[in-house]
Amino acid sequence: MSTLTHDTTPTSQSDTGPRPAPAETRRRPAANLLLSKGIVNGILLVAAFYTLMPVSWLLFAATKNHRDLFATSGFSFGDFNLFANLERVLTFNDGIYLRWFGNSILYSVVGSAASTLLCVATGYAFDKYAFRGKEKLFGVVLGGVLVPTTVIQLPMYLLASKAGIVNTYWALLLPALVNPFGVYLARVFSEGYVPNEVLEAARVDGAGELRLFARISLPMLAPGFMTILLFSFTASWNNFFGALVMLNDDSLYPVNLGLFMWNSVTQQQPEYYSLVITGSLVAVVPLIVAFVCLQRFWRSGLTAGAVK
Amino acid sequence: MALPSAASPLRRSQRRTAALFIVPFFVLFAVVMVAPIGYALWMGLFQERSSGLGFGGAERVFSGLDNYTDALADDGFRSSFAHIALYCALYIPVMIGGSLALALLVDSALARAKRFFQLALFLPHAIPGLIASIIWIYLYTPGLSPVLDWIGAFGGTWDFYSNDHVLASMVNLCAWQWTGYNMVIFYAALQAVPREVIEAAVVDGAGALRTALRIKVPMIASAVVMTVLFTCVGAIQIFTEPKLLNQRGAPSIDTEWSPTLFIWKAGFVQHDYGLAAAASLLLAALGIALSYFVTRLGNRWKAATS
Repeated sequence: MSTLTHDTTPTSQSDTGPRPAPAETRRRPAANLLLSKGIVNGILLVAAFYTLMPVSWLLFAATKNHRDLFATSGFSFGDFNLFANLERVLTFNDGIYLRWFGNSILYSVVGSAASTLLCVATGYAFDKYAFRGKEKLFGVVLGGVLVPTTVIQLPMYLLASKAGIVNTYWALLLPALVNPFGVYLARVFSEGYVPNEVLEAARVDGAGELRLFARISLPMLAPGFMTILLFSFTASWNNFFGALVMLNDDSLYPVNLGLFMWNSVTQQQPEYYSLVITGSLVAVVPLIVAFVCLQRFWRSGLTAGAVK
Repeated sequence: MALPSAASPLRRSQRRTAALFIVPFFVLFAVVMVAPIGYALWMGLFQERSSGLGFGGAERVFSGLDNYTDALADDGFRSSFAHIALYCALYIPVMIGGSLALALLVDSALARAKRFFQLALFLPHAIPGLIASIIWIYLYTPGLSPVLDWIGAFGGTWDFYSNDHVLASMVNLCAWQWTGYNMVIFYAALQAVPREVIEAAVVDGAGALRTALRIKVPMIASAVVMTVLFTCVGAIQIFTEPKLLNQRGAPSIDTEWSPTLFIWKAGFVQHDYGLAAAASLLLAALGIALSYFVTRLGNRWKAATS
């Protein structure tokens, strides 16, 4: 399997070693080189401080009670209240946060798993089978890639309210199933990962088409599957506008929309600040962990997207 | 009906499988993408008009393209595009310039801990846009914000929400989310630049800075242009950041600051669905045109380089 999981990024890690020392640098005094090195790495450190600071602040803020949140400076500890804060977030309003978290998982995990399977099956069929009007249909898929999703959200709401599915799980799940860019990626991955000869050989051995897909092609497409899954998972986990448009009933909210609602009362009721802060931390930690563990797939998806 | 060809049952089963795999996607595609656009086209042709003295409620009447001309004539809708243009004029140089500079630095032979820096700079992209916006809004809030404490420690004052500063505050919020993402794209493009080209430049006596600006940047120019265009497509859809800044009471970010906020207000506050549908379609057309331009350009480049 491991040979199949190649990254589409051209060996981004392996050639980071020192390049042949250029003649000029060799002649230059060592102090000068040290200075350049210091400047380059210094700028990178400042940039890394900029990107990491807000999330670190969130971590500090989540350990404070309401008084310390305003009384102590951002990067210092007050009384250690992380567990009290967590308990408050998880039990507030009969545990509504947990419900939101569950909803987010439902929308994102179920939605993106189903959507990815759909994308991979469709992209695979576009690659491996010949049928009438194939390229025209694929043109329709590419046309779908162009449509900005935020912009058709309102028409989608109007239609959904006609169909009576506004304010139900379907209002977010159905749109999440359709990912034209995923179909495009799946076709590209299928061309790259599944050799036609393997399929022909299995057909000669008498394997049916469905079995072929499930037993041979799908495992070969696993890295591509993961990449599309990650893309559509983040898209649905991040989908705030869609939820804001489609849902009224707070028991159907995803975490995003719940936090937005809590945040909108902080100016009148400042005790909501620590709920929003701790709630944000709880929502963000699993994402960061997943993101660090699954780096490779992000990278290959990004570069595939960039060259489309 | 006896078809002697041995390939025929196989062909037939392949065609069936292809249909089985493709039909569900296209059914959903029709429901989720084609139908809403069609419905919006239809809705855009009607207006609510109150009859007579306003008794008996409003009546839906056919109004041709009035909604479109109304949207295009609306000061709010027009100025929302001016806001986006101004925002892009500040945001794109800062964010694209920043990601390009960082990609070049990470790519340079002088950088250490490349893997760490890539991860750290890309990390904000793992944070959902709404949560990123909330965190930064708090970092802009006096009393909560360590950033304001630091500015104060140097004797300065700053109001992130004031008319003069709020655009910069929004640019910072978005740049934080997207700089690392685009840096990774540029870095991947830089990795694909043939090493011989760079070595040749170095042998010719070009320093690291010169090599970066004169050799590397031109070689990834297509990636840069594509990214700029994708950023524009994203910018015309901006909603969460201005919504939250508006909610915080930033005086110059009104409830129709961006095109999507305008649509939101027309649809959900004023319940003028015809106007909202027309404005959505106009914005969608702009988005589609921009994306189409990007893909065309991308394909031409791909054809030119292969």
